[in-house]
Amino acid sequence: MEKILDVKDLHVTFTTYGGTVKAVRGVNFHLNKGETLAIVGESGCGKSVTSNAIMRLIPDPPGKISNGSIHFHGKDLVRLSEKQMRNIRGVDISMIFQDPMTALNPTLTIGTQLMEGLRQHKKITGEEAKQKALEMMNLVGIPNPEERLKQYPHQFSGGMRQRIVIAMALICEPELLIADEPTTALDVTIQAQILELFNRIQEATGVSIILITHDLGVVAKIADRIAVMYAGKIIEVGTKREIFYQAQHPYTKGLLKSVPRLDLQGEKLTPIDGTPPDLFSPPVGCPFTARCPFAMEVCDKVYPGTTELSDAHKVDCWLQDERAKQLLASTANN
Amino acid sequence: MLKYILKRLLIMAVTLWIIVTLTFVLMVSIPGSPLNEERGTNETVQKNLEAHYNLDEPYHIQYLLYLKSIVTLDFGPSIKQPNQTVNDLLGRGFPISFELGIVTILVAVFSGIILGIVAALKHNGIIDYMAMSLAVLGISIPNFVLATLLIQQLAVKYEIFPVATWSSPAHMVLPIIALATGPMAIIARLTRSTMLEVLTQDYIKMARAKGLSPWKIVFKHALKNALMPVVTIMGTLLAGILTGTFVIEKIFAIPGMGKYFVESINQRDYPVIMGTTVFYSAFLIFMLFLVDIAYGILDPRIKIHKKGGES
Ligand SMILES: Nc1ncnc2c1ncn2[C@@H]1O[C@H](COP(=O)(O)OP(=O)(O)OP(=O)(O)O)[C@@H](O)[C@H]1O
Ligand code: SF4
Ligand SMILES: [Mg+2]
Repeated sequence: MEKILDVKDLHVTFTTYGGTVKAVRGVNFHLNKGETLAIVGESGCGKSVTSNAIMRLIPDPPGKISNGSIHFHGKDLVRLSEKQMRNIRGVDISMIFQDPMTALNPTLTIGTQLMEGLRQHKKITGEEAKQKALEMMNLVGIPNPEERLKQYPHQFSGGMRQRIVIAMALICEPELLIADEPTTALDVTIQAQILELFNRIQEATGVSIILITHDLGVVAKIADRIAVMYAGKIIEVGTKREIFYQAQHPYTKGLLKSVPRLDLQGEKLTPIDGTPPDLFSPPVGCPFTARCPFAMEVCDKVYPGTTELSDAHKVDCWLQDERAKQLLASTANN
Repeated sequence: MLKYILKRLLIMAVTLWIIVTLTFVLMVSIPGSPLNEERGTNETVQKNLEAHYNLDEPYHIQYLLYLKSIVTLDFGPSIKQPNQTVNDLLGRGFPISFELGIVTILVAVFSGIILGIVAALKHNGIIDYMAMSLAVLGISIPNFVLATLLIQQLAVKYEIFPVATWSSPAHMVLPIIALATGPMAIIARLTRSTMLEVLTQDYIKMARAKGLSPWKIVFKHALKNALMPVVTIMGTLLAGILTGTFVIEKIFAIPGMGKYFVESINQRDYPVIMGTTVFYSAFLIFMLFLVDIAYGILDPRIKIHKKGGES
């Protein structure tokens, strides 16, 4: 499988009056061609910052990619100039934001906003751009595209707007689409339609997708692989099957337990107790120590190394250490 | 659209009528008359003059006569300068005042917006700091003080510009600076703050994610949205500039409408008071109407025309 994106040891910090926020602290992951990687985790764990870093859209100041590399087709995006980046944004890598109600400019027509990326990056005539726009509107399922192009965002419903945002992101046929909580702001039936649309688009175009969400239900529907983030680190990653059925990290297990399940309706959710650590001075050891039911002394002092359980499945937890495993096994026997 | 405009015109007419009525009430309730001055005119002459100007009629008749003069746009001759009609005075004064006002607005709007944008883009930098200090000064110094300062420094001391009157472009520079600085400062500050807010919006992030150049992001995506609040305060600014012209015309001895307006009040020259008031009010009301139309054009969410539905 061809790797199109390879993120290594990514660090992002924000310098604020209160101190330095270490929002992303050494993230490693990659993305294969045509696959969907979901990044999940609680609010504030650094999902958006990671995706903005890939687009090089971290506001600087206060933000900064302080270390690491982001290789896209062999080119390190971290080292590109702003101008070189502009030729990648919207063309090779596109992004969709959470709230479709605010992602469209209220004073410009849908047509203008759809076509401007195309006109910016490709040498085409107005008529060609319009044809392409109509084609995209059809792809994302907007009826009467010809007429709709002339309308303004306020004339569309939330679900329709998100379809337009998706069309906008895909119009230059990017290889990578980053969707930051694309369905969170929508109601449940519309959510399902949009997810269905993602699947359809991926089949039609072969685009690779990074999907950011804290909704494991969404993940179950469209992800191939899942990366679980906690306090600025990816603490477990694996195929959808591995994460849903063989999760190893106590945090991942906690997350899975807190998912509402259709078959267990009415049953109480068990969210993980406690709150994530302060990212101004994150703990040196495992950041989950304070909330982890298995925490050991070593967890607090030293960050656990990465254990590879399979080609895809990796986890950062001291419980993977042979000695911990033996001990757990012996207590289980008693 | 047509229906909206008709409705607005009706409201404008009613507004104007209220202004005229209030002016009339004020006019007759101020003691004194244009005719009884110290030079003790003889009683019969006085009576004849009063009859001539209909000042001996009861108030309601006078009021109706005024309304008639407004509807027919004929305010008759000035009482103080009987060889001139009010329309003559307006015809002479208005072009000058209009020129002063329009150039002032253009200068204030353009320089204010540019200053605001630059300050927002260089947010917290030295340029931002300088621009905003300038703006605070501009807002806090009244235009007549600024006018005096400008005359003293640039006209009298350094003789760069002529002192007074309105005969060449060089004559216009100082009055326009004096009149435009305040509104410019207000526009600059407002543009800066709305621009900063707009630049944090998701659609700006989206525009950046499309790979648009900073130039396009600012002028195509941000500016129109940032200008919306500026358009809303334009009405107030216009009124301010309009009243500002009275003072500035006086200070710079510019023979505009303001001069006649102020003089007419001092001299109780009723027809001139009425004529200038109606003219100023009608003009301002019309400008406010234009501002509203501009707002509707700028913001598609405001529906002036009934077209296109919610989906
Ligand atoms: N501009 C900024 N200035 C300072 N801190 C920031 C900034 N942007 C993000 N952060 C910090 O970075 C951390 C990660 O934020 P991020 O937005 O990536 O979270 P997230 O995982 O996307 O959460 P959510 O699910 O709520 O979107 C947070 O602690 C946040 O406070
Ligand atoms: S490293 Fe320790 S604290 Fe962290 S998750 Fe594993 S067992 Fe819990
Ligand atoms: Mg986020």
